[in-house]
Amino acid sequence: MTEPTMATGTDANSVRKVVSVQAPPAVAWRVFTEQMGTWWPLASYKIGKANAVDAVIEPRIGGRWYERGDDGSMCQWGSVLAWEPPSRLVLSWDISAEWQYDATLKTEIEVRFSADGRDRTRVELEHRHLDRYGARRDEMRRIFDTEGDWGRLLEAFAQAAAA
Amino acid sequence: MVTYEERVLNALGDPTRRAVLKRLRGGARSVGEIAEGMEVSRPAVSQHLKILKTARLVTVHAEGTRRLYAVDTRGIESLRKWLERFWDEALTAFKAVAEREAMKERKR
Repeated sequence: MTEPTMATGTDANSVRKVVSVQAPPAVAWRVFTEQMGTWWPLASYKIGKANAVDAVIEPRIGGRWYERGDDGSMCQWGSVLAWEPPSRLVLSWDISAEWQYDATLKTEIEVRFSADGRDRTRVELEHRHLDRYGARRDEMRRIFDTEGDWGRLLEAFAQAAAA
Repeated sequence: MVTYEERVLNALGDPTRRAVLKRLRGGARSVGEIAEGMEVSRPAVSQHLKILKTARLVTVHAEGTRRLYAVDTRGIESLRKWLERFWDEALTAFKAVAEREAMKERKR
């Protein structure tokens, strides 16, 4: 079986994923929250004009979630809605149709970390309330984002549409 | 044969059509409402809407005697698929880093 797998009980407005990691929950939590910049695909998934060099989650409820550019700029993606180390994290993802931060948008990403035998963690992720994007807004924002990486975004769009 | 993606890209390649779509983000509107304040005629807007409809970017429904245009809601499914791919990629990378970290700690 390939990982990550799609969780059962999906609904149209959310995406759910489960991945089993050969690491204790404390390590999985730390890598997810403190070292996001080491695994987040920053080359493709960022919003600033500068090259993104890090993805940061401020470790508290209400903390910001943002990307840092190589020019020192900061672009906010969302904020921390729940902070319960090392077991549960909820982030809001507030990137609008204009591919800009919009605090009213609030799609949510919940991540749960649970021990799964010795030194193994089950990580469940749910990205929900996608309906808050409204109709086709994601495609719109990518297509209108002529400042961004047009080619790659269109490719992603084409692949998504063809899938 | 013109593919779906090409139709979408062609539809979006025109600035007036992009402007029409932007106006629809706020909610469904009639041709007259869309054309209001734009520098193109109503028949021209109708023509653009037809192209957007063919590309499945807008839908049309009747409300009384009015025909209202709206952004096509089927797009949520494409968004979901796009995010599925995104999270697969991100979580696979996360797993690799977390396992490497755990290995380092065990060796300590």
